[in-house]
Amino acid sequence: MIDLWQEIYGTLRRNKLRTFLTGFAVAWGIFMLIVLLGAGNGLIHAFEQNASERALNSIRIFQGWTTKPYDGLKEGRRIQLDNRDLDDTERLFPDHVESAGATLSQSSMDISYGAEYVNLSLLGVYPNYIEVEAVKTAGGRFVNQTDIKERRKVIVLHKKSADVLFGKTHTSPYGKFVRAGGVAYQVVGLYNDEGSSEPSQAFIPFTTLQTIYNKGDKLNSIIFTTKGLTDEAKNEAFEADYRRVIGQNHRFDPTDDGAIWIWNRFTNYLQTQNAMGILRTAIWVIGIFTLLSGIVGVSNIMLITVRERTHEFGIRKALGAKPRSILWLIIVESVTITTVFGYVGMVAGIGVTEWMNVAFGSQNVDNGMFQVQMFSDPTVDLRIAIQATVTLIVAGTLAGFFPARKATKIRPIEALRAD
Amino acid sequence: MIQLKDINKTYYNGAPLHVLKGINLDIAKGEFVSIMGASGSGKSTLLNILGILDNYDTGEYYLNGTLIKNLSETRAAEYRNRMIGFIFQSFNLISFKNAVENVALPLFYQGVSRKKRNTLAMEYLDRLGLKDWAHHMPNEMSGGQKQRVAIARALITRPQIILADEPTGALDSKTSVEVMQILKDLHQTGMTIVVVTHESGVANQTDKIIHIKDGVIGTIEENLNHDASPFGRDGFMK
Repeated sequence: MIDLWQEIYGTLRRNKLRTFLTGFAVAWGIFMLIVLLGAGNGLIHAFEQNASERALNSIRIFQGWTTKPYDGLKEGRRIQLDNRDLDDTERLFPDHVESAGATLSQSSMDISYGAEYVNLSLLGVYPNYIEVEAVKTAGGRFVNQTDIKERRKVIVLHKKSADVLFGKTHTSPYGKFVRAGGVAYQVVGLYNDEGSSEPSQAFIPFTTLQTIYNKGDKLNSIIFTTKGLTDEAKNEAFEADYRRVIGQNHRFDPTDDGAIWIWNRFTNYLQTQNAMGILRTAIWVIGIFTLLSGIVGVSNIMLITVRERTHEFGIRKALGAKPRSILWLIIVESVTITTVFGYVGMVAGIGVTEWMNVAFGSQNVDNGMFQVQMFSDPTVDLRIAIQATVTLIVAGTLAGFFPARKATKIRPIEALRAD
Repeated sequence: MIQLKDINKTYYNGAPLHVLKGINLDIAKGEFVSIMGASGSGKSTLLNILGILDNYDTGEYYLNGTLIKNLSETRAAEYRNRMIGFIFQSFNLISFKNAVENVALPLFYQGVSRKKRNTLAMEYLDRLGLKDWAHHMPNEMSGGQKQRVAIARALITRPQIILADEPTGALDSKTSVEVMQILKDLHQTGMTIVVVTHESGVANQTDKIIHIKDGVIGTIEENLNHDASPFGRDGFMK
């Protein structure tokens, strides 16, 4: 084995520039593969992180306009959701609805405490709102079931709003009363959300808002968490059932997609996952093809080497070298080039992904309304690095195999004659 | 040792070329034979067939009682390694290996350990008077030295026959004499040697001269008195 390495070292040393250029192609290929995979992983990780902050098994229902005439009514009719829809959601789908709630908003309210005030909209919510949306309690408590039942006048403020109202007087907000258009609300908790730059909402119990601001039985959207909807088909069947029930309440065509909007996080998640899968495949394809050009380079060089060394192989054969030993010599040389340089490329690639991680590892994109993490942990795990190494060795063997087979097929007498 | 029965060989490069037209030849153990002929007579082809570097179309070739026909490349390599020592006109040393490594190479293909084969290679180089040149590369040596390295390489496996293809073709007259003397000395130790040449002087050094012409064997002359012909007088050949 030592002899084999010495022979390979000897040939590589005689052709330094050629070896370097060939190796560079391989190193570049694997480098690109790792960097692309790292960048792709950054996007995928960020997406998964964003998704993990909200309950996946949640559905939000928004009202819309009918797009189909139905039961003698014209299209273009506004559908107004009401309490009956919320009751039906819980009553008619006990198998699939875990907890249901609704939202209703009262916009542009001045909320004041002493001399300070903020302008924001009140959002009437159920306790399940906090499970479904990316909202976190930052102190105190959120709206609870008793608040709903007793129509308590309690309020949960955004942390930043609380800073504005209570910051100057250095008072603790909990238990204090704030005024909103002539009504006093007791502050029971603060909330935080991911990166909302304008804290424009305060939460009060849904029933309180509906009563105080004369909303009758109207509501803006229904929010509920589901259970047992484990695949796409079940989700679609559930959505169709749901449309039919609400359609009966409001006399619209159950196949009318515009009458109500169903925002199903699970199917969205599945679609995004699909897109991520495609992205991942695309990255692998691009990476593999880049790598392939490097491998073709190695194969090419090995072909030239075989041609140059034909006479030498002839001598070896005359002295008793078996075809297998010649084959082995070339393949090991090819594998050596690809593995050594591939490893260099891989280490460089991993270095760059680590640098990306430090430089923009958790970069947020601010689109005005909210911030989304676009890039998170853009690194590749060890498994992929190992996969890439194995790919390299296999590729090196393949790259060497065909030239090597060519070398063994030349008859010794022709090889000796070659110059 | 060598038995050829009606060997035929045709090359198919464009127009078919019938190179060997029924060669019958027996070479006994310990003989020192030369094959002489003009270029294109088929003498090199014959030597290649003897050395299992090339195959033949019809006939039979027995080497030391073994039929050499339609061998796989692996078997052929094994026979070449164990039975035959080659000496070439252009030495055919591997340029990036020094003398010892070149001499030891056939043993590498026998799977002999590195240490053992280098010791043995040094022994053979010493026998040919090249001990001081053992670690020199081929391009640092003279033609005669290179040919002596090649002879050491041919001998190291203790082959049954030595096949020499124009062994003095690239050497000046003085070194030619030296090389032929080495072959003669080897013959004295009982080695079977076949030399292919077109030089009468070289052929005159051997005990039997086989003339080949247009692919058939012409005359076979016994040549026991090396000083009989004017070419061989005083051992001068050129």
